[in-house]
Amino acid sequence: MSNNTPTQTTSHGLANPELAAFEVHGMTRSSFILRGALAAGAFYGTAAVTPFVSQALAETGGGDVEILNFALTLEYLETDFYTVKGSSLALSGQAKAYAKQFGAEEAEHVAALTAAIKSLGGKPVAKPKFAFPASSEASFLALASVLENTGVGAYNGAAPSIQSKQVLAAAGGIVQIEARHAAAIDLLIGKSPTPSEGFDTPLSKAQVLAKAGPLIKA
Amino acid sequence: MSSPPTEDSAAQPAGIVERLVRDDLDRKRFLKMAGSAGAASFGAFVMAACGSSKKSAATTAAAPAATTSAGSSSPSGDVAILNYALTLEYLETAFYEKVIAAGLFKGRVGSLIKDFGQQEASHVAALKAAVMKLGGTPATQPASKFPIENAAQVAQLAYTVENLGAAAYLGQAGAIKSPEVLASALAIHSVEARHAATLATLVKKSITPDGAFAKPADMSTVLAAVKPFLA
Repeated sequence: MSNNTPTQTTSHGLANPELAAFEVHGMTRSSFILRGALAAGAFYGTAAVTPFVSQALAETGGGDVEILNFALTLEYLETDFYTVKGSSLALSGQAKAYAKQFGAEEAEHVAALTAAIKSLGGKPVAKPKFAFPASSEASFLALASVLENTGVGAYNGAAPSIQSKQVLAAAGGIVQIEARHAAAIDLLIGKSPTPSEGFDTPLSKAQVLAKAGPLIKA
Repeated sequence: MSSPPTEDSAAQPAGIVERLVRDDLDRKRFLKMAGSAGAASFGAFVMAACGSSKKSAATTAAAPAATTSAGSSSPSGDVAILNYALTLEYLETAFYEKVIAAGLFKGRVGSLIKDFGQQEASHVAALKAAVMKLGGTPATQPASKFPIENAAQVAQLAYTVENLGAAAYLGQAGAIKSPEVLASALAIHSVEARHAATLATLVKKSITPDGAFAKPADMSTVLAAVKPFLA
């Protein structure tokens, strides 16, 4: 698969919510099909996919690399959250155990996504600086729930746009872990570990950035 | 329209599963049979399922693409995958119904189990609708049997089943042609993973038994694993 450096780099751009409206240079055929399919309404019962209709994939090979870099940014965020923020708070018991385990797993996701981007000839985004508004175990866990559930939605939202089967397999293997993390955290804080209807709603990049963007500082 | 399989579809499903695991069925044949309107019974479906040890169901797009050149359109490939998922969801729904009827879990856990059962039922409904929308015939519900002895044993069985279900969806992701079907499969896949993680906390096993990356399971592996639950 060919790869040009994406003209729309995302490292500094992600601090800017305007990046939510991606500029692209035309559409691939697969994105036309995707737009049609999603515009017709997903039959799993949610209507939260219309943002995809207004976003198109870059025509040249930047599509999968761009998606992977978006995922990489989220994984950097989660790793930092669990390892740096987590150790700065006096976590105990299950919260502390999860922070350690999940932080290690998110770090593995960072490594895998970085390697995947490089193998596609792309440039992995640099690790951003983050700021997490959490000063107690309770607020830490509440934010963990937001981040993990957003991660599930982000991967599920991006996956149908992925062109490479290998990249899709990697994304699938990762999103399942995010869902497991999300359920564990939600159980711990007394929330339902599952979406009530039984389907995880995919999120658009704009929706993900609305949650994650404010945490990214540079 | 392909002809129905020669074996009587009412034959013992267990025998059919054994045969499928043993035999080296061609994936093209499977997709053609399972995707056609004639392969509605579970027995026929399982007979046609991928039993090849050479190719897993999670192989590249080249495998389902092969069916398109044979004249059957890609929707029949997706129909076959949806019917496979539907079969698993039927089994999960039946399992939770039995568990709930046994009244083994109370309080918050009991409430979670009820939620999971309802969610599996909603997966059945969605997958049926998806198959019909693609012009296929939904697989019929298989007769099933699950050992329900005590809470600990059931929770462990549920953990095993949910992990298997999540791996099954992951194993099919790369084979799905339609982005819409993929989106729906992923929306279900992550919920099965949530079920598994919840049950992990009950049985005090790992939230992430595969580590940082979930492993896919191919169709033959999954069907062999569910064979004991077919009545």
